[in-house]
Amino acid sequence: MGAVILLPGVLRPEAAGASRLEVAAPGTVRDVLAEVTARWPRLARRLRDERGELRRYVNLYVDGEECRRMSGLDTPVPDGAEIQIIPSVAGG
Amino acid sequence: MARLVAIGTEKGLFLATHDGGEWEVSALHFAVKSVYAVAIDTRGGTPRILVGASSAHWGPSVAISSDLGRTWVEPDDPAIVFPEDTGAALERVWQLAPGPADRPEIVYAGTEPSALFRSEDGGRSFSLVRGLWEHPHRPTWEPGGGGQAIHTILPDPRDDGRMVVAMSTGGVYRTADRGETWTPGNAGIRAVHVPDPFPEYGQCVHKVARDGADPDRFYAQVHHGVYRSDDGAASWTSIADPLPGDFGFPIVAHPSRPGTIYNFPMIADMDRFPADHRCRVYRSRDAGASWEPLSAGLPSAPFYPSVLRDAMCVDAGDPAGVYFGAKSGEVFASLDEGDSWTRVAAHLPAVLCVRAAVI
Repeated sequence: MGAVILLPGVLRPEAAGASRLEVAAPGTVRDVLAEVTARWPRLARRLRDERGELRRYVNLYVDGEECRRMSGLDTPVPDGAEIQIIPSVAGG
Repeated sequence: MARLVAIGTEKGLFLATHDGGEWEVSALHFAVKSVYAVAIDTRGGTPRILVGASSAHWGPSVAISSDLGRTWVEPDDPAIVFPEDTGAALERVWQLAPGPADRPEIVYAGTEPSALFRSEDGGRSFSLVRGLWEHPHRPTWEPGGGGQAIHTILPDPRDDGRMVVAMSTGGVYRTADRGETWTPGNAGIRAVHVPDPFPEYGQCVHKVARDGADPDRFYAQVHHGVYRSDDGAASWTSIADPLPGDFGFPIVAHPSRPGTIYNFPMIADMDRFPADHRCRVYRSRDAGASWEPLSAGLPSAPFYPSVLRDAMCVDAGDPAGVYFGAKSGEVFASLDEGDSWTRVAAHLPAVLCVRAAVI
């Protein structure tokens, strides 16, 4: 069945305008981001740097829990999960 | 003779054009991205604008326009990536510098963390210059107030293998073998933030310019001083005494007139305001032996904002255009080599960089 990524409006141009992306699951956040890198490379680099680390002000919620509060990139993504990408509040 | 000015700000890019009438300023490009680096590359005929833009949320990117900003191209694969074995990640692009005039495919980029990248496809992709990254001094380079970055890249117009780069704080480095090996070039530049006043490297060099007529002559605005080198950026002597302050960020050289340079002096490190709290550019026509203030057309009211290291430039016109932008979001231009000035734009976000070309 897989999982769904919900994109904020500002990132949709990097995924041909899509607000929802269907990806494979079960797996981990790392697996999901690997699929994003393969299918939407410009979107992927907005989320992670070249070391593979989530950018500081990118928050990624798996079924409502921010992944850094769980196991980071190793957080499980179950079948049917909803992954929300939400920019944190930062800047001036 | 039309002029194009690219204005990078804390929250986007503006393009100003002048074709004999009033200055026209474009709508905002790269909204809410800080544009620390911009280049207007006129070597290939059609002008190309290269932009290094950084989003606080979504990271850095390099985009190119070949139609004066109507459209921008950012490749699917990012242009600048640190190789995996470095363990580093690109924080920000601080400098985009076209290479030799007869090699339009070569473009250099200076980055934070301090690294030099070279492109051989006009800026669409870059490779790390390993010789500088693996320099034994690199682990001891410290970040200045703005970060640890290569902010100055000066390819030698006579020889693609020779180049000068600079950073704060690390100082000036030179190569004569296409970046394989690098030698610090800081002799005579005083450092005040470390016990040794004249270290081999580590000076807080804010900006370096190459003389427009003599490729072996350079000028440097340093944290505590202004200097000239007559030996290819190996050693330096002070040219700050006639100026009203030794602090500042930018220094630029006339594109062809020997010994003609411009800067925007500030009072001192601990008094970081324009000299006398006035908006004045200083020009030297004798390689820094004497300086004259230029203020015709500039604001006469007290003026407090800084002009940052890349926020002053010249174009290659005859007469040359001189341009600067301030953290107040104002941009000024002189189309007569500094004798008189007009305001190009106001109320922009803080200006980070300005580059201009005759198109």
